[in-house]
Amino acid sequence: MEFFQNLVTTFNFILQGVWVTIGVTAVALAVGLVFGVTMAMARVYGNPFLQTVAAIYSVIVRAVPVVVIIFILFFVIARFVNLSPFWAGSLALGFASGAYQSEIFRGAFRAVPPGQMIAARAIGMSKLQAIQSIILPQAARLALPAWGNEATLVLKDSTLVFVVGVPEILRRAQQVSARTLEPFLAFSVAMLLYLVLTLLTTQILQWFERRYRLQM
Amino acid sequence: MSSTAIAPILRIENIHKSFGKTRVLTGFSLTVQPQEVVVLVGPSGSGKSTLLRCINLLSPPDSGRIWLEEQEITAPGVNPDKVRQRIGMVFQDFNLFNHLTALGNVMIGLMKVRKMPKKEAHDLAMFELERVGLVDRAYHYPAQLSGGQKQRVAIARALGMDPHIMLFDEPTSALDPELTGEVLEVMQQLAREGMTMIVVSHEMGFARQVASRVVFMEGGVVVEEGPPAQMFEQPLHERTRAFLRKISDMDSGGR
Amino acid sequence: MESFLQLLHNAVPSLLQGTGVTLQIAAISLLLGMALGLPVGVGRVYGPRWLQHLLAAYITLFQGTPLLIQLFLVYYGLPDLGLTLDRMPAAFLTLGLNSGAYQAEYLRGALQSVGEGQMTAARAIGMGKWLAVRTIILPQALRLVLPAWSNEAIAMLKYTAVVFLIAVPDLMGQAKILSSRYFAPIPIYMIVAVFYIVLVGATYLILRQLERRFHIPGLTGEAH
Ligand SMILES: Nc1ncnc2c1ncn2[C@@H]1O[C@H](COP(=O)(O)OP(=O)(O)O)[C@@H](O)[C@H]1O
Ligand SMILES: [Mg+2]
Repeated sequence: MEFFQNLVTTFNFILQGVWVTIGVTAVALAVGLVFGVTMAMARVYGNPFLQTVAAIYSVIVRAVPVVVIIFILFFVIARFVNLSPFWAGSLALGFASGAYQSEIFRGAFRAVPPGQMIAARAIGMSKLQAIQSIILPQAARLALPAWGNEATLVLKDSTLVFVVGVPEILRRAQQVSARTLEPFLAFSVAMLLYLVLTLLTTQILQWFERRYRLQM
Repeated sequence: MSSTAIAPILRIENIHKSFGKTRVLTGFSLTVQPQEVVVLVGPSGSGKSTLLRCINLLSPPDSGRIWLEEQEITAPGVNPDKVRQRIGMVFQDFNLFNHLTALGNVMIGLMKVRKMPKKEAHDLAMFELERVGLVDRAYHYPAQLSGGQKQRVAIARALGMDPHIMLFDEPTSALDPELTGEVLEVMQQLAREGMTMIVVSHEMGFARQVASRVVFMEGGVVVEEGPPAQMFEQPLHERTRAFLRKISDMDSGGR
Repeated sequence: MESFLQLLHNAVPSLLQGTGVTLQIAAISLLLGMALGLPVGVGRVYGPRWLQHLLAAYITLFQGTPLLIQLFLVYYGLPDLGLTLDRMPAAFLTLGLNSGAYQAEYLRGALQSVGEGQMTAARAIGMGKWLAVRTIILPQALRLVLPAWSNEAIAMLKYTAVVFLIAVPDLMGQAKILSSRYFAPIPIYMIVAVFYIVLVGATYLILRQLERRFHIPGLTGEAH
């Protein structure tokens, strides 16, 4: 009987962390999207200086464990502004994801046939206009499968903001296990909730992929 | 001596084979004598490949029986791996082992299946490569060989297993026309040495010169069979005549 | 500047110690993952149906959940079931199980990309199914899987950075101690980042060499 009580307590307590996990993931993905697309544009269409900056960002960030980046940025951010752990952690995770996303979009930009850019310029668009209205919509669709994969990675990496005290699934599991003294139960529930989240995400992404597949 | 000469090397009796609802072989029968070269022709999809795969049990028939040298290989309890060692098979698209050199392709079966020591396997493999004229390509990987060379290595690989009968499934149809000659020559040489062969091929020149018998199959059964001269000059069935005329035209038109 | 050099001087010895631990964990976990991923990948493709489902469940569980939760479940949770592991074994086991799932999936992809004809040809010269898998399919798949495996090795090197959360004294573990001792988290973690960049870069170069060594014309892509 006590076990079931613990199970209910544990489940309810961790469930609240699910929303935090989803929030961290969404913010990080959005931030990463901005960084990723910008850096990819700089890499493919920028001048040599921008290309170099974007390349260094991508190579360095991808060579460092995400948890290290979270630590560094967390302390850097804390020095300048007073952000909650949720925002600081999500921003840091997004900054890291941006490097991976920049590689995805770089590949996608490159995969758009060069004739598209030439044709857009030929009808009088500026380079930026052409990228925005012609290249980007096509690249986005090409990037979708790899981006979906990155999304599930970010979802899983969002546990790493645990280290800066964000009350996401893992943190809440740890807290409740201290109360119930049943860590196996707590972490199992956390794991299963996560499994549901990743499987759901995969399903949604697959649906998107089918819907927006680009016929080329 | 005379009694063994009369005993067929292969006897196929009334075999059926379906894939789901597709009935491919519908009561196929054929008897092959030692040292015979049977050229099997028939329209695409008539079940020629399926027949060869039934014979070496790569996909066993649903019903009917097959004897190889007095042993019923369709009987329960027969080890198909052992049967296949006695049947050499050459595929349309070669299927050379991509990670092994020409020599390695021939040696691997000798070492792993026939359990020969390495040295012995090497020497025999070299001998087989010599038979197909490819000793100088022994250390090339498949990707470094021409189509004709690949197919000759595939023949050497099959020969290495010391087969009692060889099955060829359109051995030259994946080849550029100028490369078919070298493969057909090797096959002709094999026939001269007395190898029993079933050859699925639409190379009519080869059939005329080398075949002891031409078998025309359609709809999963034998429609007509006979010596090449008879099949080409005066076939009994209109279907046979139409089909052979069609491929003879293509054959001469292709040159 | 001078104080930074002083900090560097103080930090490097223990960071080097931590690097040793990081490398040890990465290497052992990768090997464990390989020992696991190899049979799992093969079983996933060639095993009986029930085994395929079982292995798929293992893979989904470990690929579908964060490594950190797996680590906590093993280190803090398993004692509830009477299995208490030390920090290092817990790290090896978790990372090994995790990597095994990924390596199995990579191998499955490689096995499935070896053409059907290879198996047919192997069976045609009288090889049994398992002999054919061992001598014909697997050697090709292992070469095809090498690039994915290199990525996994580098990912593993980076993912070891979470084991400090169960107090393993790896690179991050040492960094944590140092940063609270000197009250200088930013420079310390920056130095640690440089350590990782060097480790990852060196691993990358070594693996590229390896890929070139096992190159076979026509089987693996053009050697770069
Ligand atoms: N493994 C298989 N599964 C389903 N159908 C098959 C299979 N193999 C052959 N078939 C079908 O059997 C028929 C005969 O094929 P095949 O023996 O390859 O003919 P042929 O070699 O004379 O062109 C075809 O309709 C083909 O689609
Ligand atoms: Mg065929």
